[in-house]
Amino acid sequence: MPLTREQVEKVSLLARLRLAPEELATMTAQLDAIVGYVEQLAELDTTAVEPMAHAVEQTNVFRPDEVRASFDRAEMLAGAPKADGQFYLVPAVLGD
Amino acid sequence: MSVLELSARRLLDEMAAGRLTAVEVTQAYLDQIGRHDRDVGAFLRVDAEGAIAKASDVDERRRAGRPVGRLGGVPVAVKDILASRGELVTCASRTLEHFRAPYDATVIAKLKAADAVLIGRTNLDEFAMGGSTENSALQTTRNPWDLSRIPGGSSGGSAAAVAARMAPLAIGTDTGGSIREPAGLCGVTGMKPTYGVVSRFGLVAFASSLDQVGPLATSAEDAALLLEAIAGHDRADSTSVDAPVPPYSEWIGQPLEDLTLGLVREHFGPGLDAEVERAVREAVRVYESLGAKVKEVSLPHSKYCVATYYIIAPCEASSNLARYDGAHYGHRTDEKAMLAERDAERRHLESSGETAAVDELDTALVRMYRRSRSEGFGAEVKRRIMLGTYALSAGYYDAYYLKALKVRRLIRRDFDKAFDDVDLIAGPTTAAPAFKIGEKVDDPLAMYLVDLYTVSANLAGIGGISIPCGFTAAGLPIGLQLQAPPLEEDRLLRAAHMFQQATDWHTRRPPL
Repeated sequence: MPLTREQVEKVSLLARLRLAPEELATMTAQLDAIVGYVEQLAELDTTAVEPMAHAVEQTNVFRPDEVRASFDRAEMLAGAPKADGQFYLVPAVLGD
Repeated sequence: MSVLELSARRLLDEMAAGRLTAVEVTQAYLDQIGRHDRDVGAFLRVDAEGAIAKASDVDERRRAGRPVGRLGGVPVAVKDILASRGELVTCASRTLEHFRAPYDATVIAKLKAADAVLIGRTNLDEFAMGGSTENSALQTTRNPWDLSRIPGGSSGGSAAAVAARMAPLAIGTDTGGSIREPAGLCGVTGMKPTYGVVSRFGLVAFASSLDQVGPLATSAEDAALLLEAIAGHDRADSTSVDAPVPPYSEWIGQPLEDLTLGLVREHFGPGLDAEVERAVREAVRVYESLGAKVKEVSLPHSKYCVATYYIIAPCEASSNLARYDGAHYGHRTDEKAMLAERDAERRHLESSGETAAVDELDTALVRMYRRSRSEGFGAEVKRRIMLGTYALSAGYYDAYYLKALKVRRLIRRDFDKAFDDVDLIAGPTTAAPAFKIGEKVDDPLAMYLVDLYTVSANLAGIGGISIPCGFTAAGLPIGLQLQAPPLEEDRLLRAAHMFQQATDWHTRRPPL
C-alpha cells in the first residue's frame, strides 16, 4: 500500500518537523520508494529468531555510585539559544 | 625525502632522533593544506596557530628530555563530529554551525594526551549521514584523484585529507561504511574497529548501536599507531569493550601464517564493476602468492543487509536527533516570525470557519520545535528522521524495527558461520569507483545501495579495513575490504600490512 501524503504529514508532526508543500510531495515519493525496498525483509521467516538490539550483547554494566562534580550551569547554558542565567527559555506552554 | 612522503611511524623516529622537529612537520602539512585545500575542500577549519603551538611544546619537551606522548608531534585531522572542549563541533549541520562543545570526547582527550597535533576539522555528510560528503551543509569536498568526483563519505574530508597528504593521519567514524568507503574511493587505508573497541563518549550520536570511531592513514602500519592511541575501555561509554589494547604497531610486522581468506559468493554478482572485480581478484592472488589459502564462503542474508540497515539506522537516528529541539543548544527559529506565522494561520482558519482545525494548530512550543528543526536539518537528515519515526510509530514497530533486529541476528550468524571456515573475509569495499558529484543526489535509494558491502560489518559489530588494491583505467582508486571476527583488529592490520609489503598501491599520490 503506497504511503500517502496525509500519512507523511502526520509523521512530520511526530518527528517535530515541518515540511513545505513541495517538500512533502518529494518526501512522500522518496519514503515510499525506500519503504518499498525495506519491505523485502517480510520474505524472511524470523519466527524463532531473537531480536539483536546491539552488536555487543552485554548484561548490565555496574559502577559504584560516587558523587562527582558535574558540569557548570553557566557553561551548559552558554550554548542555549535563549536562557536567563538559570533556566532555558521557551515560548509559553500554558495560557495559549 | 620530503616530510610529506614519510609515514607517521617514520616521522616519529625522525623526531625522536632529532633530525626533524614537530614544528617543521606541522608546517609542511599546513603548507600542503594551503596549496591544495582550496581545490579539495577537505577541511572545515584549520587550526594553524593551535597546531604550531602544540608542535613547539612537543619540541621543547623533546629537547629537554621530558616525556612525550606516543603520537608526539604528528598532525592528526579530525572529523568534525567529535567534541573538543570550548571548540566548534558542527557535524556539517546548520543546526550546530555555531555550537561549542563543553567537554572533550574520550578520543580527543586521548589524542591530546598522546601529544598529537590536532591540525584541523574535516568535512562530512551532515551528522555522518551519507556516502559522498555531498550532504554537508557547509562545504563541498572533492576527490583528490578527480576533482569532479565525490570523495565518498561520510568521512570524506578525512579520507581526502590523507589522500592529498594534507594530514598523515585522520580520525573518521563509521556507521555503515563511513570510514571504509571513502578510504576505498580515495585510495587510503581506513579501518572500522569492532564495535566497542573505541569509546563513543563525545562522539555526536547518529545510530548508537552501529557508530564506531576509527583511523585513516596512508598505510596499515600508521593506522595501527593511531588505533593504539584511541582504543581502550572507557567508563563513560557503557558499550565500550573492557579488554586490554593489544600493541598493534609492535605486532604488525609479523606475517600471519596459515591464513585462509574467504571470498563471499554473494559479493561477486551483478552490479560489481568489472575493473573493481579484476583488481580485487588480483589482490587475492597476491595473498595466495604469500601463502594464503582461499575458500568460497556464503553470507546468505547479504541481500537483506541494506534494507536491515536502512530500518535500524534511521530508527536510532530519529531518536538520537530528537535532542535538537531549539531549546538547549543549536539553531532556534526566529520566535517573532514563528508566532506571526501561527497567528496568521489561526486567523485564516477562524475566518473560514474551520474550528476543528484551529484546535489542532501547533502550540507555540511545538511550532518552535518544528520550525527550528526544519530550518536546521538538511534533506537527508530529515529523510532519515522521517523514515525512523515512521518505522517506530504505532502499528509499524513489529513489521519494521523488530523485524530488522531479527534479521540483524541472522546476518551476524552468517558471519559467525563463515568465520568457522576462514580467518578473514576479502572482497571489494564498494561495487564501483567514485561517482561524479551530483550524480545520485536525486535518488536516495541508489545512494543507499553504495553501502552494499560495508553495512554488514556494522550490523554484525565486527571490524573491517579498506586498503588500496589498484586503479581503474581512468585513474580512480579501488579498495579491497578485509573483515575479521570480533576483536581481531590485530589480524586485520597484520593482513593489510602483508599486502602493503608486497604491493605499492598505497604509496601512490593523486595528481594535484
